[in-house]
Amino acid sequence: MIRVLFFGQLKEQLDCAALDLDTQSIATPSTLGALLQYLQRAYPQWCDQLQDKSLLGAINQTLVSSEHRLLDGDEVAFFPPVTGG
Amino acid sequence: MISVQFQDFDFGHEYQQLAVNNSQDGAVVCFVGLVRDYNQAHSVTGLHLEHYPGMTQKALESIVAEAKSRWSLGRVRIIHRVGDLGISDQIVFVGVTSRHREAAFAANQFIMDYLKNFAPFWKKELTIDGPCWVAAQTKDQAALTRWQAPQATMT
Repeated sequence: MIRVLFFGQLKEQLDCAALDLDTQSIATPSTLGALLQYLQRAYPQWCDQLQDKSLLGAINQTLVSSEHRLLDGDEVAFFPPVTGG
Repeated sequence: MISVQFQDFDFGHEYQQLAVNNSQDGAVVCFVGLVRDYNQAHSVTGLHLEHYPGMTQKALESIVAEAKSRWSLGRVRIIHRVGDLGISDQIVFVGVTSRHREAAFAANQFIMDYLKNFAPFWKKELTIDGPCWVAAQTKDQAALTRWQAPQATMT
């Protein structure tokens, strides 16, 4: 299972804070980018927001690139560019 | 030490914690960020700060570790508030001590520049026209170049 979290404006746009994915459905081991592609197929209503090139992705609370490998049990997060400080 | 918290902080207390019993350091540089009443063409009445609880601490620890690898620092203190804030409320505190001022000034600015680009906080402004998520600013991304740091990107 992979837990996917959304934050900030993206969470509001998708109206979803978290979802759990059965790893078989995304054919792990896979990558963060492949997961993003899968989410667009599984939730076509989210396509516009998930195709935003400025989105950032984290695996297990660390920012990573879309090529980063994804393993069963990982916590994934997608969010807009950060605006703290 | 790093704190992500709802409650306000006392600048005087934080300064004391950096300076007391610290005879080897001759410099203390403290930065405080406040809520402005006007931003990105909106009159702002308040602010909501969201964060990614599992990641904020880790991201800030990694920023402090990077700062300590670049400069010889004494103490480093970061406080970042979350939740609902009003105009002129304190948002963030960064305090750095070092033997001489150059390292403390540079490391403080470095920590703020990195925090602005890599720490998972998001501001939602409450304005007279309704709530509005703050857009990331190119000047904050551009600030990374002075530290030869890569931009935050998934691609």
